[in-house]
Amino acid sequence: MASKILKKPDSFFESFSRRSGPDKVSTHYCPGCGHGVLHKLIAEAADDLGIQDRCVFINPVGCSVFAYFYLDFGNIQVAHGRAPAVATAVKRVHPHAIVISYQGDGDLAAIGGNNILQAANRGENITVFFVNNAIYGMTGGQLAPTSLIGQRTATTPRGRSAENDGYPMRVCELLATLEGPTYIERTSLRTPKLTQKTRKAIRKALQYQMENRGFSLVEILSPCPTGWKVDPVKSLDWMEQQLEAYFQLGVFKDVGDERPAKADPERDLWSANYGTAIDLPTDLDAKLPEASPAPKYRNPSLKIAGFGGQGVLLLGYTLAEAGMLSGYHVTWIPSYGPEMRGGTANCQVGISEERIGSPIVSNPSVLIATNLPSMDRFEPEIREGGLLLYDRSLIDRKPNRTDIESIAIPATSVADELGNSRAANMVMLGAYIGKTGLLSRESVMEALDLVIKRKNLIDLNIKAIDKGIEYGRGAR
Amino acid sequence: MARQLIKGNEAVVKGAILAGCRYFFGYPITPASEIAHAAALYMPEVGGTFIQAESEIAAIQMVYGAACAGARVMTASSGPGISLKCEGISYMAGAELPGVIIDVMRGGPGLGNIAPDQGDYNQIVKGGGHGNYHVIALAPNSCQEMCDLTALAFDLADKYRNPVVVLSDAFIGQMMEPVEFPEARPAPPEKPWRVGGTRETRNNLVTSIEMVPEEQEEHVRHLIRKYDEVEENETRHETYKVDGADTLLVGYGVVSRVLQSAVDQAREQGMNVGLFRPITLWPFPKEELRALARKVNRIHVVEMSFGQMVDDVRLTVGSDAKVDFYGRYGGVVPSVEEILDNVLAPTEV
Ligand SMILES: Cc1ncc(C[n+]2csc(CCOP(=O)(O)OP(=O)(O)O)c2C)c(N)n1
Ligand code: SF4
Repeated sequence: MASKILKKPDSFFESFSRRSGPDKVSTHYCPGCGHGVLHKLIAEAADDLGIQDRCVFINPVGCSVFAYFYLDFGNIQVAHGRAPAVATAVKRVHPHAIVISYQGDGDLAAIGGNNILQAANRGENITVFFVNNAIYGMTGGQLAPTSLIGQRTATTPRGRSAENDGYPMRVCELLATLEGPTYIERTSLRTPKLTQKTRKAIRKALQYQMENRGFSLVEILSPCPTGWKVDPVKSLDWMEQQLEAYFQLGVFKDVGDERPAKADPERDLWSANYGTAIDLPTDLDAKLPEASPAPKYRNPSLKIAGFGGQGVLLLGYTLAEAGMLSGYHVTWIPSYGPEMRGGTANCQVGISEERIGSPIVSNPSVLIATNLPSMDRFEPEIREGGLLLYDRSLIDRKPNRTDIESIAIPATSVADELGNSRAANMVMLGAYIGKTGLLSRESVMEALDLVIKRKNLIDLNIKAIDKGIEYGRGAR
Repeated sequence: MARQLIKGNEAVVKGAILAGCRYFFGYPITPASEIAHAAALYMPEVGGTFIQAESEIAAIQMVYGAACAGARVMTASSGPGISLKCEGISYMAGAELPGVIIDVMRGGPGLGNIAPDQGDYNQIVKGGGHGNYHVIALAPNSCQEMCDLTALAFDLADKYRNPVVVLSDAFIGQMMEPVEFPEARPAPPEKPWRVGGTRETRNNLVTSIEMVPEEQEEHVRHLIRKYDEVEENETRHETYKVDGADTLLVGYGVVSRVLQSAVDQAREQGMNVGLFRPITLWPFPKEELRALARKVNRIHVVEMSFGQMVDDVRLTVGSDAKVDFYGRYGGVVPSVEEILDNVLAPTEV
């Protein structure tokens, strides 16, 4: 059939040296199979378009797993169905490469269904050649998503039934509903004339990729006499009467004109200023703490707890940041994930003169509680002789423990007076450093600069901290 | 000395970029998502690419593709997603592709929960995917190591053409600590075997299929020789206060931090306890552990699992020391107090 009119293109190996065994001249495909014909059409197109060196061919799982025996391109063999994902990445790394994902119907429409859908939807600038032979060839003729109703396969011995197996999937029609793809056409290899159309479609799809016009897919109806259990001649009749009747040939989408040709993207991967590009720290001299806290306040492990939204994570983060700037070892662990939503939040902070072993604070030496449930929950865990600071504007009970030091701060009222109750967390922070002298006011100010993203809030926070420091000092 | 207070998950991305990684393909999952967030933010700033893939299956195959293309590339996930990535990891090992996978372990099996856990040890260290392969597995226990071991992972992946997993946990990923970042590497050299859409690389083929059993056997032999070399050269571990110890605690990841505090407190109470922390889980630091095992009476392995690494410890020390196991699981992190009470105290009576 069509293969006879083709001479051997340069992109097709002269001799198949990658094939094991003595036979290096014939392909591993069955007589009458469409794969070999299609390989040659692709090779010929690559020759004519002058892109042989640029082509990267993704070999699927299926009968064409060894396409690399024949096609003289850069070749990658991949897992079943994953060719579009692999092709995506190759193209992103090498925009100048012409990346071809070659897939069967099991590979593309069944196991790799989501992969092709998503690559098409992203509009990846790749070319997909989709061989629809309505059967799993390689594994011995099982049902494919594209097998026809009534078609007998190894796994539909009574014929495909819509009730049990669903209907044959029309991939082109499906993908053409997406915005992403640029060009989608279904062709056939049944006659020389149809093969010529296939030849054209292949070229167009590759041309589009060369011009960076986006995603193209050509579905090729292709004979599988072995899988269909008929001789090659009869297989062509079945294609005409059955396959092409269900899978209509033609162009389903072509918006190439609306997506004008572009040059390959230029990227500079190696000359970024890392400091700004990925926000690296600038040199800061760690200042050793000038204030020397009383021994019982040194090397604290803190738990800071309240409602989500009260800023307890930020409070802890600011303390840890100030601790680091003061030359301490620090750790900060937040509560995270769905636990945070609407409920309570807490964090665990370690600030230490020594390298910190466990960052987990199960028995805090300091508890900062900003709501009642947190005080109820964590007060019993405070270490003997530890320190409890709580927001007395929101917590209307006295601590139960008598073996700890406790300070009640009207943090929310103070913050309200400053104009924003959300600064209560910083009042608590101020009170803690005012009470213990662990961190200098300056280190906290520097930390604020690093942790507060909305700079217009910094002033408010400074005022809140200063108020807190007063309360803390007053409680010394 | 410039340090930054940063989440472990974010330190991973900065470490990766400084090590020359420019491609990240991921899918969101707690407690690993911040890795994807940071990659989405920073990769484009250095000319790189971030794609939120349709699944972890696709993400690891994108890693496969970028690796074929010769790039330094990574992905990150947690248990449920790592299970899906195992297909791709096996293919990468078979095709000898370098790439870095971060696993921020959470409670399992199944959906489990999002708290810290170490139940993926066997999945990563013993396989996970199909076939005869190993990944190199690195276990950080601080935010600094999230950065440093990620950078090292890229070097090892390229050196041995093999996937490398950074096996972390929810606390190491979620916590913040000061991190000092290394110098940025220059552009890595082009890999001659890559498939790059150029004349020089046209003859290259990346594949993991070999239908002739004897030839596949030869390929696996080649992998074994490579793995032997890795075992020879790349084991890493850390010890803490092991001099004169008669009792040895063994743990990795966040557990090793808890154990470090337990060692300090036990020593204060007069117990002769030390800590052995594997940094490479595969290759497992056998020689180093065996040498120590001969000097102690008792080894306690502590894991956030029902007992996975302990098998490797037992295989390693044989009859040289008695090996006990203490595990918490389901997302529960053992406390220093319970190590002292439940693990160390009983041996003292
Ligand atoms: C994950 C996985 N599942 C199943 C297989 C077995 N398998 C190999 S080829 C194939 C079907 C291929 O059919 P198709 O994509 O239609 O290609 P054809 O062989 O018809 O060209 C299957 C199921 C595999 N290799 N990997
Ligand atoms: S089984 Fe079908 S698809 Fe496979 S080689 Fe034979 S004819 Fe071609």
